[in-house]
Amino acid sequence: MKSSTNNQDQAVSDTPTSNESQPVQLSEQEQALAVAKSARYQAGASNNFGRYLWPICALILLLAVNLVLDPSFFSLSYQDGRIYGSLIDILNRCAPVALLAIGMSVVIATGGIDLSVGAVMAISGAVCANLLLVPDVALVTVLLAGLAVGIVAGLVNGSLVSYLGIQPIVATLLLMVAGRGVAQLINQGQIITFQHDSFAFIGVGNWLGLPMPIWIVIGMLAVTQLLLRKTALGLFIESVGCNASASRYLGINDKAVKSFAYVIAGICAALAGMISAANIQGSDANNAGLWLELDAILAVVIGGASLIGGRFSLVLAITGALIIQTLATTIIVSGLPAKFNLLIKALVILMVLLLQSEKFRKQLKALFTTKSSAKNLGEAK
Amino acid sequence: MMAKRFLPLWITTSLLVVLFLIGASQYQGFGSLRVVTNLFSDNAFLLIIALGMTLVIISGGIDLSVGSVIALSGVLCSVLITEYQLHPLLVFAIVLPLGTLFGALMGTLIHVYRLQPFIVTLAGMFLARGLATTISEQSVEIDHPFYDMVSDFGWSLPGNAWFDASSMIFALILIFVVIVMHFTRFGTNIYALGGSEQSAQLMGVPVKKTTISIYAASSFLATLAGIIFTFYTFSGYALAGVGVELDAIAAVVIGGTLLSGGSGYVIGTVLGVLLMGIIQTYITFDGTLSSWWTKIVIGLLLFFFIVLQKVLNRDKSTHS
Repeated sequence: MKSSTNNQDQAVSDTPTSNESQPVQLSEQEQALAVAKSARYQAGASNNFGRYLWPICALILLLAVNLVLDPSFFSLSYQDGRIYGSLIDILNRCAPVALLAIGMSVVIATGGIDLSVGAVMAISGAVCANLLLVPDVALVTVLLAGLAVGIVAGLVNGSLVSYLGIQPIVATLLLMVAGRGVAQLINQGQIITFQHDSFAFIGVGNWLGLPMPIWIVIGMLAVTQLLLRKTALGLFIESVGCNASASRYLGINDKAVKSFAYVIAGICAALAGMISAANIQGSDANNAGLWLELDAILAVVIGGASLIGGRFSLVLAITGALIIQTLATTIIVSGLPAKFNLLIKALVILMVLLLQSEKFRKQLKALFTTKSSAKNLGEAK
Repeated sequence: MMAKRFLPLWITTSLLVVLFLIGASQYQGFGSLRVVTNLFSDNAFLLIIALGMTLVIISGGIDLSVGSVIALSGVLCSVLITEYQLHPLLVFAIVLPLGTLFGALMGTLIHVYRLQPFIVTLAGMFLARGLATTISEQSVEIDHPFYDMVSDFGWSLPGNAWFDASSMIFALILIFVVIVMHFTRFGTNIYALGGSEQSAQLMGVPVKKTTISIYAASSFLATLAGIIFTFYTFSGYALAGVGVELDAIAAVVIGGTLLSGGSGYVIGTVLGVLLMGIIQTYITFDGTLSSWWTKIVIGLLLFFFIVLQKVLNRDKSTHS
């Protein structure tokens, strides 16, 4: 996609311009493009303060609303070796989406998208549940098998996108549609339940006072962040997302980089699938991870990343996931009927999207400046 | 070159015919006119939203909101008819413009604020579903003489087949959309927009008007599909049509339309829906195959068609 836009730019500037109004329009467009690009090339610069400001402000605002609604919202208590409280609850519940968001933000940074993560969750849950029913299978084997599902799914997506050159939406739509079928096939259409305390530990266990899912998210975040930011890999990913062909000319193996991003997303999805399977001590191929891919994409977008690609921030993606989960909790705490859940979520998302649009911000600014200038005029009179 | 362009269409058509013949040879009653008319009446709502999806995808966008719009329109209709005692025709006259407005708003957001269609229509999907659940969480039944009239209306065909009102509406819409796409300026503009928005603008295509109209048209068709879905189920339910948008997108791809926009045929989408429908019919007739095979087979079909398109467009893509 990126390469074709560049070609269009070239084609546009090459065409002889007969109409006088066209050159003006063209230069405006070019300027806008240049501005957009220079903004994107600041990718990965952690000193980009404003980028971190808005999503974190939104999260703090939501938490503040909760504090007003329920003064005991921030209270934590320590019982039976585990910390209890609404905050821990939010962290715990958003773990699957947060994991997916980590993988999704890497994929989106390469200019792609992964719709299949929900289905991959279902498959990995199904594989683990069925392996647990086989006697004498070591826990390590089960965990590795679950992760292998994610890696295979990531490789399939990655090779469809990078080696066959299929658009990411379509390529991952394949696995999204077929994947759930595969999970149902593995489960033979049943909900498979299991009794296995050590596997259930990754869903409901505690370690150092915190639920295991939170530790898994922290672990995955730390590993991915180290891998991407302390090696050149993160830079490669952003470079491929900005312009895949230019990166190729620079000697970056853009296809391998893209595939790698999908493998990370696959691993994250597999982990999330195992957590949700361990949570209910069973695998439900129909509902495990259903529509979570959309939540993960939203989390990344709310975190301020553009679907065009070219930059990522894992911390912001997780902030996005936290915002989604906190919003859901807020609706419950506020006592509104659960049926307003989706409506409020949609309105908040629309607001966040509009605030991210350059033009909307300008319009807002213009609105306020005209008001204040009118006020000034009134004072002058 | 001409033949190559139509190749995906031919393959979809022949797959459709081959599957039908296999079914007809294996199962008694499969090869009847009744199966064919049922294929249309069972899938009428999907066919209609798939037509809208084709317009959107040819223009280079995507519309994820259609499934939720079906639910919203169904719930609105059933509540207005059952609780407010309005005549269904009046209700349709209220609901259809509202649905169109919904799409126009999404189109405006996409064009004016330069937001990605994927995300805007995703928000639209949540919004429509949220509105539907807010209006009514329970399924609302419709019991109105007009609905009985609609379900009695139709053409009796030989072989106990029945060409019902939904299929007729679909046929009319199909003719209209084909004419719009291939014989009007608006249709040409859609193709131009999908080819390249910048070039289209430089050539004088009214990009803003076209973008907004496309999404408005898609939502209009989804609203209509919601109404037709109420003919089918005699009720409106906020959880109706979950995931239908993906079926529609899959049908569009199987029908030979490129998701990058700029090329494709409305008729291909119809064939795509029918192909998916006939797979489902085959699995139902068989009885021993489990429902998940539908998903796996459709996934494989999608893969086949995408790779086919890739191979067909290879010489084009290496140049760009």
